[in-house]
Amino acid sequence: MVIAAVEMAEEIILLDFWPSMFGMKVRIALTEKGLKYERREENLLNKSPLLLEMNPIHKKVPVLIHNGKPICESQIIVQYIDEVWKDKSPLLPSDPYERAKARFWADYIDKKVWERLHLLGGKLWRTKGEEQEAGKKEYIEYLKLLEEELGDKPYFGGENFGFVDLTLMPYFSWLHVFEIATKFSIEVECPKLITWSKRCMERESVSTSLPDHQKLYGFFLQLKKWHGIE
Amino acid sequence: MASGSVADQEGQVMLLGFWFSAFVKRVEWALKLKGIEYDYVEEDLANKSTLLLTSNPIHKKVPVLIHNGNPIAESLVIIEYIDETWKQNTILPQDPYERAMARFWANFIEQKVTEPIREALVSQGEQQEKKVKELKEAMEVVEGEAKAKLNDKTLFFGGGNGVGYVDIVLGWTCNWMETIEEVGGFKVLDPESQPQFHKWMANVREVPFIKTTLEPKEKLVEFFRMVRQDRLGLVANK
Repeated sequence: MVIAAVEMAEEIILLDFWPSMFGMKVRIALTEKGLKYERREENLLNKSPLLLEMNPIHKKVPVLIHNGKPICESQIIVQYIDEVWKDKSPLLPSDPYERAKARFWADYIDKKVWERLHLLGGKLWRTKGEEQEAGKKEYIEYLKLLEEELGDKPYFGGENFGFVDLTLMPYFSWLHVFEIATKFSIEVECPKLITWSKRCMERESVSTSLPDHQKLYGFFLQLKKWHGIE
Repeated sequence: MASGSVADQEGQVMLLGFWFSAFVKRVEWALKLKGIEYDYVEEDLANKSTLLLTSNPIHKKVPVLIHNGNPIAESLVIIEYIDETWKQNTILPQDPYERAMARFWANFIEQKVTEPIREALVSQGEQQEKKVKELKEAMEVVEGEAKAKLNDKTLFFGGGNGVGYVDIVLGWTCNWMETIEEVGGFKVLDPESQPQFHKWMANVREVPFIKTTLEPKEKLVEFFRMVRQDRLGLVANK
């Protein structure tokens, strides 16, 4: 009796939270690779047993579960995806020096830009007038470094969309929210970043992974309410 | 430094560092593990060289590795670069899942041990107590991982008898942790509740290429005392 070989189906589950910038990165990476996955929405106020089991140390999203094995931390997940499914749409460059540069900038974005966005968010909520203006100015300084790094390239990695692009795009969703909330625009100071973000949004992986701006703005207003801020 | 044609620079490796920096030592351990020859340049904290400022304009920090004229900054980024460029004596695991685990632990160490201990060094009172509490909790996790991975046959997180990525990233604890505890006036290390971790630290200290790089404790204590006093504006206290 011949038993036909059964191809083991890849099981990919993403534990996620729709407004999470870190979750967005992973969604983009999975879609770039053309991978089918199951997205499970977590309620961060009532985390699922699966999340607590798969990420016992940090108890955070996103978590990628590949054939039952968990991988945590968005940058680590994206690199894992790139290394396992390496035959399609490489996210990191192949040259070690170019890879190092990509990792450096992704690290910069996650630490400095995230930090600043967080602080800016806080400032936008809690301050007005001069203090708020100072917060916006500081934030722009950090973005200008990215504007410089991008230069005239279509994407941070050059001709192809990649690691740094998918790391930065999620922040732009949130940046857009702050722009609506405080009539704050980076268009004047960072025109290249604006063009770049529009170019990225034309990619299916990005447009389907980032939440609708109005929905995100609605979430931001909800958060404000919960924190009792007018 | 050799001057002349580009061909002379082929394969030239230069490391900009500070003697007291654990981040710099990590990179040195990676280079030594691979048997890579490099020129070490000691920077002056108070007077950073033009080379450093142009090689790492964003952070202006060490370590910076310059290979064939190309600068790379951030210790973990540098270590991955070294591992990808020189193929002998692999630092990170080959399997993608194992690599992800190694990176996860490196990240955990940076967030939960390395960062908080730096903050504990330059803080006092309630602020410091908060950091020390965080550190003790983190060390419980580290001890847990050490218990799970290490035994009489597996001395290092890299597996077998060789140090790997996690050992290199966590290795600073074998020398700097006691130093910072002494200067900061707190205790996180506890041989009783962290027996496996202490065994691992002792083994790390004995790795030949690590042993030769460890700075004398008194020298480190003196330096970090200065850093703490400077940050807290304290009067010298002998």
